[in-house]
Amino acid sequence: MALRNIIGKRIGNGIGLVGRRSLSTSTSDVENRNAKSMNLYSAINQALHLALETDPRAFVFGEDVSFGGVFRCTTGLADRFGKARVFNTPLCEQGIVGFGIGLAAMGNRAIAEIQFADYIYPAFDQIVNEAAKFRYRSGNQFNCGGLTIRAPYGAVGHGGHYHSQSPEAFFCHVPGIKVVIPRSPRQAKGLLLSCIRDPNPVVFFEPKWLYRLAVEEVPEHDYMLPLSKAEVIRQGSDITLVGWGAQLSIMEQACIEAEKDGISCELIDLKTLIPWDKETVEASVRKTGRVLISHEAPVTGGFGAEISASIVERCFLRLEAPVARVCGLDTPFPLVFEPFYMPSKNKVLDAIKATVNY
Amino acid sequence: MASWGRRSTAVAHHMRAFFTANKTAQIRIGTRRYPFFNPAVSSALVPRPWPSIINMTSLFLVNRFTSSVAGSQAGSRHADDDNDDNLVKKELAVKMYSDMVTLQIMDTFFYEAQRQGRISFYMTSSGEEAINISSAAALGKDDIIMPQYREHGILLWRGFSLQEFANQCFGNKDDVGKGRQMPIHYGSSKHNFITVSSPIATQLPQAAGVAYSLKMDKKDACVVAFIGDGGTSQGDFHAGLNFAAVMEAPVIFVCRNNGWAISTPISEQFRSDGVAVKGQAYGIPSIRVDGTDALAVYSAIRAARNMAVNEQRPVLVETLAYRVGHHSTSDDSTKYRSLDEIEQWKTDRDPVNRFRKWVELNGWWSEREETELRSNLMRAIQVAEGRRKPPLTELFTDVYDLPPSNLVEQEKQLRETINKYPIDFPSDVSL
Repeated sequence: MALRNIIGKRIGNGIGLVGRRSLSTSTSDVENRNAKSMNLYSAINQALHLALETDPRAFVFGEDVSFGGVFRCTTGLADRFGKARVFNTPLCEQGIVGFGIGLAAMGNRAIAEIQFADYIYPAFDQIVNEAAKFRYRSGNQFNCGGLTIRAPYGAVGHGGHYHSQSPEAFFCHVPGIKVVIPRSPRQAKGLLLSCIRDPNPVVFFEPKWLYRLAVEEVPEHDYMLPLSKAEVIRQGSDITLVGWGAQLSIMEQACIEAEKDGISCELIDLKTLIPWDKETVEASVRKTGRVLISHEAPVTGGFGAEISASIVERCFLRLEAPVARVCGLDTPFPLVFEPFYMPSKNKVLDAIKATVNY
Repeated sequence: MASWGRRSTAVAHHMRAFFTANKTAQIRIGTRRYPFFNPAVSSALVPRPWPSIINMTSLFLVNRFTSSVAGSQAGSRHADDDNDDNLVKKELAVKMYSDMVTLQIMDTFFYEAQRQGRISFYMTSSGEEAINISSAAALGKDDIIMPQYREHGILLWRGFSLQEFANQCFGNKDDVGKGRQMPIHYGSSKHNFITVSSPIATQLPQAAGVAYSLKMDKKDACVVAFIGDGGTSQGDFHAGLNFAAVMEAPVIFVCRNNGWAISTPISEQFRSDGVAVKGQAYGIPSIRVDGTDALAVYSAIRAARNMAVNEQRPVLVETLAYRVGHHSTSDDSTKYRSLDEIEQWKTDRDPVNRFRKWVELNGWWSEREETELRSNLMRAIQVAEGRRKPPLTELFTDVYDLPPSNLVEQEKQLRETINKYPIDFPSDVSL
């Protein structure tokens, strides 16, 4: 696989990704019975199988989903549930989401796939002006809560402008939808099932870099993880770090190294970006007095800005240092310059130290 | 192929019927009669010579549907089906006429109410009464309507009351939409009429999804999605028709080609031969019909519905009419078109007058009934105006199924502000 070769090269360039990523996950939120080692796309695949199994009015559709999808997330679904329920759509994102809204308006679970988050923009009108407002504008006579839009997002090592974007911030500015981003296979399965079954339209961004690289013990049964509940995945007392998706594993490595210098880091996975769990983050900042936010998306106008502003409003007198943000640069996502663009472990580590020593 | 573009423009703008004495000049094609048009008058907008009458009349051929189901030729429709008298019985015709008149009067009243500053906005359907009412009459109550914004005649047909219309226009506490949207953004789940939204053509791909759901249910019902001539330029038009065709979804796409998208005439909208050819491009059976002819519209929609439901596929119906009114109360269309043109269509081609001529009436509709309707409308408007707006909590509900913590917090903060500065806020919203 090209990805493994890239990883091999990257090790040589000192990026610090070694083979498969392992992530720490809280074991408290879901029981471990019948857990099987699997990667992210397999976990998502399982979630989709369960969604269609448990609801005869659930549908999966999008470009190329029938043969299994370009990332294998929809493998086996068409064979098992038939082409009336799992089908390819024409190449048209605004059509995919519009069609999904209509299907959901009739009470169905419409699980739409956008092939790359980079291509979600033609559907932006349907998402913002239609899906997000469907219930409100009708006085709750109609709703499209059954709609879930899944899209692979984020850096993949060689994706360039149009296979690496993190567009979550655009959607976090839209009342009426939810935005959810899992950090690992086990999280992805539980969160995706919650998104599908949530009575509100949801955009679910899947970190494509982790599709194969992230491997974890994932329970085989049907389980759901709560939306709008952030999780403290590493306890600490000196500084709070907030992130989501693939960036968390980078942040975790920074935390581990910071520990060697005697800095105790608390790491929070936000999971749901809107509506986001202010209470958990605030409680952590009240404990540590310092906060750092990190995301791949460009720093200006990124979702880190919202978290920063909210924390400053709520915890100003408790803060010992300015809120730090370690994010992507304000450029289109570059190809050969990706290692420079990315918020790497060392950038995060430096910011941790600067904040703690402020 | 320059003539194709001219035909399309001429259809909407440059028709002038020849009237000789008491007779309307007509040609007869099959069992249908079509008015004769003289395109000789060229408009200042498009100063080009027009094709001759012979070419023009071909635009008004109602093509017979031939269905093609899995190889077997179902054949064309029977001669009986074309007989106007059999198609619409008297009782139905009376309700159709009555609702067309009601729609016209209702539009006048609400338009005037806006002019008087009592409601903020309104859009009439003048010139398109037949499209509205005939479509509604030709459909079943289980057929789901996905409107653009000029189809309130369908709601009227289905039983939405004058009071309910007024409530939405005033956004009062009895508005089922809870006062959230501008006037005319009606929606009623009871009447299978999905709520109007301002963005153009967004309902079209949604219609494909709704219809796909009906298909899964094997329901004896279809979706009827409306769009104007301008809306066919939107990307969602392409998306909607293509998806419906590929999914074999039972949708009737009805294009109200009224010649204008606000101030943009169709010559500046597309260069295709109208909208019907666009449907053909997607593999969708398409028909063009005179939208000012109530019976023609009824006939076309009936046939379209049968095809959509029985063959489980989309159909496109292009109805030709003229937007007699302004685009909305925010528009003065005399700024971009001649008064003569408007008057011409208003008097010579009024769908309501035209339908009255066909229906032979014997004192069933009198001045008295019209007076009664007017006073009912006045009362509905006064009652709606006097009612309070929905309570403040409705600002925060239905954003999600349940209000999240940020909205709970914002409501609390807002109430504190209102307590402090009550004078900043309207008093007809209960706290």
